[in-house]
Amino acid sequence: MTVNLLYSITGLLIFFMGICGLMFHRSLVRQTLALNIAGAGIFLFLVAQAYKSDTVPPDPVPHGLVLTGIVIGASATALMLFLIGVHQSVSKSSNDEGERGS
Amino acid sequence: MTPYLVIALLVIPIAASFSALLTNHIVRLASRRLAALTIFCCASLVAYEITLSGEVVDIVLSGWQVPLGIRLHVDGLSALLLVMTGFIAACITFFAEAYFGKQAQRGRLAFFWPLWFLAWTALNGLFVSGDAFNLYVTLEIINLAAVAMVALPRTEEAVKAALGYLVIAFLGSLSYLFGVAILYTSLGTLDIQLLAHRAVADGPFILAAVLMLIGLMIKTALFPLHFWLPPAHASAPTPVSALLSGLVVTASAYMIVRFGFTVFAPLLTTPVTMLLGLLGALAVVWGSLHAFMQERVKMVIAYSTIAQLGYVFVVFPIVTINPDSVSLVWYGVLYFMVSHACAKAAAFLAAGTLKKALGHDSIAHIGGAAIHWPMVLMAFGLAGVNLIGLPPSGGFIGKWLMLQGAIKAGQWLIVATLIVGSLLAAAYIFRVLRVALRTPEGPPPQAQNIAPLAALALILAMAPLLLGVFSQFPFALLAVGSPFGGAP
Repeated sequence: MTVNLLYSITGLLIFFMGICGLMFHRSLVRQTLALNIAGAGIFLFLVAQAYKSDTVPPDPVPHGLVLTGIVIGASATALMLFLIGVHQSVSKSSNDEGERGS
Repeated sequence: MTPYLVIALLVIPIAASFSALLTNHIVRLASRRLAALTIFCCASLVAYEITLSGEVVDIVLSGWQVPLGIRLHVDGLSALLLVMTGFIAACITFFAEAYFGKQAQRGRLAFFWPLWFLAWTALNGLFVSGDAFNLYVTLEIINLAAVAMVALPRTEEAVKAALGYLVIAFLGSLSYLFGVAILYTSLGTLDIQLLAHRAVADGPFILAAVLMLIGLMIKTALFPLHFWLPPAHASAPTPVSALLSGLVVTASAYMIVRFGFTVFAPLLTTPVTMLLGLLGALAVVWGSLHAFMQERVKMVIAYSTIAQLGYVFVVFPIVTINPDSVSLVWYGVLYFMVSHACAKAAAFLAAGTLKKALGHDSIAHIGGAAIHWPMVLMAFGLAGVNLIGLPPSGGFIGKWLMLQGAIKAGQWLIVATLIVGSLLAAAYIFRVLRVALRTPEGPPPQAQNIAPLAALALILAMAPLLLGVFSQFPFALLAVGSPFGGAP
């Protein structure tokens, strides 16, 4: 068993751990983390697959994919955290109004 | 000439997006109107030139050859979807201008315009992309822009729907991305045509196909992964609802059809297509029944989207059972998708206009709406004609081709599903129209100028009828570069 196969399988496992985390947690912050963990699994898989051998230079395309994937993942995470913040403030203010009304 | 027009389709909307963010109010107004019309004209010209030349346009960006470079691939199908996107999005652009009014000039709603043109750029990019990874990037941009637009009103309901939508869209794209990663490592390319050429049904390929299909099915809201769609589509501002239900789900359905009929063709065996067909049939019945039980017009239309997307999958079993009718299925599904996109966007615009006029869209209280605002209900009715699949709409032609395929293959269950789906669609459309056609109880609520909104909804609702009457042009276009020969 080669080292990069070990990394690839680890990547696969991390991806499915992230998906399980997403399904078992209701908290939105935890779900965001779970999605990022799943993403990290994919990136590990891709980087491991780029490696050929010690003498042959690695394939650059998976590195490009990982970089793009990280940018997209970071944007989605930022949007998600922002929306979680808005959600908390909106639901808090609507609760306050509800209390005042009653 | 055509390659420059294709590049213009990507450059103009992104330029309009920046312009909406950076310039002053008057430049913005002019630039977005100009951009909307120019994009539609460019897309039509691309379609016209491709039909005339009968040749697929391949553009290799900055001279980097495939497999390293990125290829734009515009065949008849891409061109038809570009024209469809151009027409629907241009109508929605003018609708949104009238709908938001002065509100969208400053404040939070002003962010609608940059996001709107960003989503349009990504849609165009998705349809011209010939590379599995670029499809991922464009799909993700569409989703991020769409989520931000859903959350724009900042009400509790809207933000909650946006969050649910974002989580599910993020999950779908990760699943798709992992599939693409496995595909690249086992086949060594990302170009769709090369992938189709090299595809071998081995272990990694099956895993990749399953991951990609699940990701895309989540985004297309195929039963049982549909639960996120109604809240997101119905609670968004009306122009955004029309974008989501008309164009965004069509984009991921297009990817499923594109991959399903080419790259994943070696995997299509009878059990696999039967499963897809079963899920599609469940989506048709479940979505239609729920659409019938909704209390609000926008919710009816949102559930109807789930049902209508089911048809795309219902006919998959025919492909393996009777390979002779694969061309009927291919053309039927595509024609159905394009007509549905126009009709669904029109239905949402009509519902939004009604909501604007009445202040609500509760079905129980729209009595007399057809007498006060006949144009709006006319638009809703015309869109309904297509959703039901009555002639002479494009939806009828799509369904007719699918029916012919099913009859040729002797698949009576599929025939039954198609007919039951149409009857259920008639039920939920007429339920709304019946209440709207009642005698009004009093004068209409305060006079709001909704004439421009109604006119735009009506123009968009005419599109499926034109697709039905002048079907030879779209079919000639679709035949260019089609994997299954000329139109049946």
